[in-house]
Amino acid sequence: MSRETILNALLVAGLVALPLGAHLAGEPFTVTLATRAVILALAAVGLNIALGLGGLVSLGHAAFFGVGGYAMGILASHAQSYVPLMEAPFLIEGTKSMPVIWLVAVVASALAALLIGMLSLRTSGVYFIMITLAFGQMLYYFAIGWAPYGGEDGLPIYVRNGFPGLNTLVPIQFYALCLVVLLLALALHAVIARSPFGLALDAARQVPERVRAVGLNPTRLKLAAFTLSGAITGLSGALFADLNRFVSPTMLSWQMSGEIMVLVILGGTGRLFGPVVGAAVFVALDHHLGGLTEFWQVWLGVILLAVVLFARGGLIGLIAGERRTDA
Amino acid sequence: MPEPILSARGITKSFGALKASDDITLDLRAGEIHAVIGPNGAGKSTLIAQLCGGLAPDAGTVQFLGHDVTREGTAARARRGLARTFQISALAMEHSVIQNATLGCVGATGTPWRIVSRALRRGPLRDRAEQALARVGLQDHAATRVADLSHGQRRQLEVAVALTLQPKAFVMDEPMAGLGAEGSAQMTRLLHDLRHEAPILLVEHDMDAVFALADRISVLVYGQVIATGTVDEIRAHPEVRAAYLGDET
Repeated sequence: MSRETILNALLVAGLVALPLGAHLAGEPFTVTLATRAVILALAAVGLNIALGLGGLVSLGHAAFFGVGGYAMGILASHAQSYVPLMEAPFLIEGTKSMPVIWLVAVVASALAALLIGMLSLRTSGVYFIMITLAFGQMLYYFAIGWAPYGGEDGLPIYVRNGFPGLNTLVPIQFYALCLVVLLLALALHAVIARSPFGLALDAARQVPERVRAVGLNPTRLKLAAFTLSGAITGLSGALFADLNRFVSPTMLSWQMSGEIMVLVILGGTGRLFGPVVGAAVFVALDHHLGGLTEFWQVWLGVILLAVVLFARGGLIGLIAGERRTDA
Repeated sequence: MPEPILSARGITKSFGALKASDDITLDLRAGEIHAVIGPNGAGKSTLIAQLCGGLAPDAGTVQFLGHDVTREGTAARARRGLARTFQISALAMEHSVIQNATLGCVGATGTPWRIVSRALRRGPLRDRAEQALARVGLQDHAATRVADLSHGQRRQLEVAVALTLQPKAFVMDEPMAGLGAEGSAQMTRLLHDLRHEAPILLVEHDMDAVFALADRISVLVYGQVIATGTVDEIRAHPEVRAAYLGDET
């Protein structure tokens, strides 16, 4: 068993034990902090598929995070006002059901990622970064001007949406739900990474000319990865909006895109549990250093600089060493 | 005379004022090794790019197995069975040797959308990849990271990946580049055997290897084919001697 596998197992144990301990100790705020970390980790798992496996440096993933968030906000706000979303040509009503909201969030963000990816993947390198950033900003400014759904002020939701068999208002139950979703996304990443698709995608990142020379289309492989990546990040957006019971254009901002990318790089780009470590460290720093100084992100910057300069495999790489090759 | 497997008919390609390919006509027939030689800057790489689909010619056509593939890209030609090796190894350096060979099998079998199965599990894909590695003598290095291979082993792996496609023709861009005498001899033996599986269009600077392997040689100078013939004909060709071989022969 490799060091990374052991580390990953310990991280899963920590994800289960620490919030459970906090719950038993009567500290719901810590559970909520852990929920935030898990949801941000899910967003970063999405980006890690595009960035880590596909080499796609997207600075527009907040677009999908926000689309997921607004999918939740719009459906839930119509459910709480009892005003249908649409009456003609057929009736669409709002909903407070998480599974339905997740499905809509995943489909909407996947579609957004497919469209943005189809246009963005005509470029590469710095142009790809810029065009994804531009698409993100387009959606950001659209949300600011979208008055029926709160515009700049955002859209509050009064009661957290429901999941069959759970009371999502109880922090530990909502945390458990988010954790299961995160673990499923991590399992999906692990399966993809070892599959023929993952092999071809990772090769397309390294040597697209070789991938073409064996009869495959690297752009299509990357587009599929980008779409899947957007769908997962969109799902995390729906959960994030549910956690805060609020959705606003901030979810679509380029700072949010940068934050998701920082989580991936901090933990280890392309490493399975990189996003989890990145998100946990980010939320911990936000909470602990944020209480001491409002300039806590300066220290995050210093850590990120050190990781980029001295630990190219991120914090996971620092602890578990270089990534092993499959054989 | 049998129908050519791969043929270029009057292909022309210009980059601004520079004519990199000037009305080139050549073909590759079953069972042969057809070498293309020429000095640096003669247009060999541009020719290969047009044959393999990396560049579209300004004029002329490329035919493969009787199909006009002039407007098809690299991937489409590879799917038809045109396998190539690169002058500078184009391998996934972070991957293992077996992963690189398996990538070829994934391409050849058209299975890149499989998500649930493991790429390297025991089965037809892996068997095919291992056979290709055994063919080039890399069977004991399957688990080695490509970045840790020697230059010569990377050249062998290039050929192995091409072999996984079970091709109808090979286009090889300087497979001997950077190899020592022993490596070059080993590669020569390998190519000699491979010609029976599929014909080889061989672009090469190593004249010993070319003379040992080629059934026919075309000489490219300033984008034009100035001569095509057997080894003896090319050795004796006055224009070729003046332009390229000098007193080497």
